[in-house]
Amino acid sequence: MGRRSRKPLPEINSGSMADIAFLLLIFFLVTTTMDQEYGLPRELPRKVEEQIPPPPVKERNVLLVYVNRNNELLVNNEYGDVKTLKERVKTFIPNRTNRSDWPEKEAPEEYGEDGFTFVFQKSKGIVALQNDRLTTYKTYIEVQDVLTQAFNELRNELAKEKFGKSYDELSELAAKGQTDDIQEEANTKMQAIQKAIPMAISEAEPIKSK
Amino acid sequence: MSKFRKKGGSGDAPGINTASLPDIVFMLLFFFMVATRMREVTLQVKVTKPGATQSVKIASEDRNKIISVYVGQPTKANLYGSAPRMQLNDVIADVKDVGPFVLEEMNRLPEADRKKAFVSIKADEEISTGIITDIKEALRDVDALKIQYGTRKTAVLY
Repeated sequence: MGRRSRKPLPEINSGSMADIAFLLLIFFLVTTTMDQEYGLPRELPRKVEEQIPPPPVKERNVLLVYVNRNNELLVNNEYGDVKTLKERVKTFIPNRTNRSDWPEKEAPEEYGEDGFTFVFQKSKGIVALQNDRLTTYKTYIEVQDVLTQAFNELRNELAKEKFGKSYDELSELAAKGQTDDIQEEANTKMQAIQKAIPMAISEAEPIKSK
Repeated sequence: MSKFRKKGGSGDAPGINTASLPDIVFMLLFFFMVATRMREVTLQVKVTKPGATQSVKIASEDRNKIISVYVGQPTKANLYGSAPRMQLNDVIADVKDVGPFVLEEMNRLPEADRKKAFVSIKADEEISTGIITDIKEALRDVDALKIQYGTRKTAVLY
């Protein structure tokens, strides 16, 4: 002990520390990625036996959106445009003016639970999206995006009307609400809205192109 | 100017002190360690995901439930041609391989997660939709019905 105190320890040379750190840094830069995972979630229809005929859907309930190989839109047998498609869906699905060639509505029903309920007439309308095999994927996703947007806005409006908060705000609350009660409540409300306005987008098989 | 010159100085600039360099680099290192995650595959197809305003972010706890299918033009055109192909894990594959691949990946997941697992189709925006339709049909055949179109989050469309 006496000897050590007399002779000071030599300092460790830390000149190469930077090199080591750089090496690690470069390793992490190369092997990792920063990109976030985003997507449009969809549910595919279940495959059924050929013999069972699909349930009949009345023509007035369907908005047929067809994207051809030149990325042009046909909406219920008329030329359409991606820019106007959203408004078209938003007026078609709820059918507020009760037009006879637009979707029927179900009998008024109560949605929600635990005291967060409302009475609503669910629309029977669905959007059938059909595409050609040669449609560009970008256009296809663009149309999918617009359709999603239309349904999300319908949900926002309904949530605002019934609960005073838009659907987006509710989902924000459900994820980041301050207490568990707030999250639970937002979740219940969200489920009620989802039930009242389902994301009714059907992806039919494409028309075979020659 | 000569007023400031040191007496008898050689004129050489003094060396920059690099003692804090490791600290700076370590700080960068820790940032990257926290903010990024490991690459799962090395892409062999060119994938530029299409943009969508309504994209939903996948929570980090759901990341292990993603089964990814990449579709795009192969980067090695001399090996795989220039027609759009799909990549499953690290292999370039055909439509007929999708079903078995998805089932295998499903089996690898813990049982509790299998119901929540979904297939993410990450396709290049330039390809035609035919191959996507084939993939969707193949997925319906094996009853993997929860899918997701991999997109980029964009702010406004128009």
